[in-house]
Amino acid sequence: MGIGTYLALASVLFGIGAAGFLTRRNMLIQLMSIELMLNSVNVVLLAFNRVNPENHDGQVFAFFVIAVAAAEAAVGLAILIAYYRIKKTIDTDDATLLKY
Amino acid sequence: MTDPGTILFVTTSIFAIAGALMTISSRRPLRAAIGLLVHIISLAGMFLTLNAHLLAALQLLVYAGAVVVLFVFVIMLIGPASEVDAIQGSLASRTLSIAVTVAIVLAVSTSLAYFDEPWGAISDDFGTVEGLGMAIYSQALVPFEVISITLLVAIVGAIAIARSRTE
Repeated sequence: MGIGTYLALASVLFGIGAAGFLTRRNMLIQLMSIELMLNSVNVVLLAFNRVNPENHDGQVFAFFVIAVAAAEAAVGLAILIAYYRIKKTIDTDDATLLKY
Repeated sequence: MTDPGTILFVTTSIFAIAGALMTISSRRPLRAAIGLLVHIISLAGMFLTLNAHLLAALQLLVYAGAVVVLFVFVIMLIGPASEVDAIQGSLASRTLSIAVTVAIVLAVSTSLAYFDEPWGAISDDFGTVEGLGMAIYSQALVPFEVISITLLVAIVGAIAIARSRTE
């Protein structure tokens, strides 16, 4: 048990999030996949901070990542609702408003 | 090998991976939100094995208490339109994208698993409310104030974007 185990797990979680973001067309699930990727980054920051425990830099960084992720979720879901009002769907393949 | 930290790490990692897979694979968004909730609670337990007590509590408060609830509210607001049919593209491209992701993940994770040295000793206040609070309010005071303004702007922006333009 050490940092390598945590880094391996975080890369697996990041890969799952990336695969979900790339293969799903549901905008809600894509936003959830972004949250998965942000969470895996938090695991990496905390694991490296555990290796160098003389300061709290990694944990402070993870704190700000959590705050920014909350703001991102709020704005992203607001954009999703505005998009749903226009298109009556949340399928990203129909997001063609800026296409022509 | 079977100390409590290892048992907690193995349990929470299994639940975290299962929750993440449930999030990206379920067709119904509400099930995906529950998978995200399982994932987040497992990660909060995993933060405890890294001596990040305050961040484990914050993870539960902010993610499980605010973000997942926000997702569930939006799912209820949108209703049946929140379900989207599976991707229509060719099976080859879909399989290729998943295969590339799995290959990258396996390459990175197997190479990283070699750097597996045991943890060093830590001080008593590492990761506690006192230790992390002192770090935030001394060395990260300005970013802390900036992030509060960022959250305020995000709230106002979310309201401005999502309100209906009936007037």
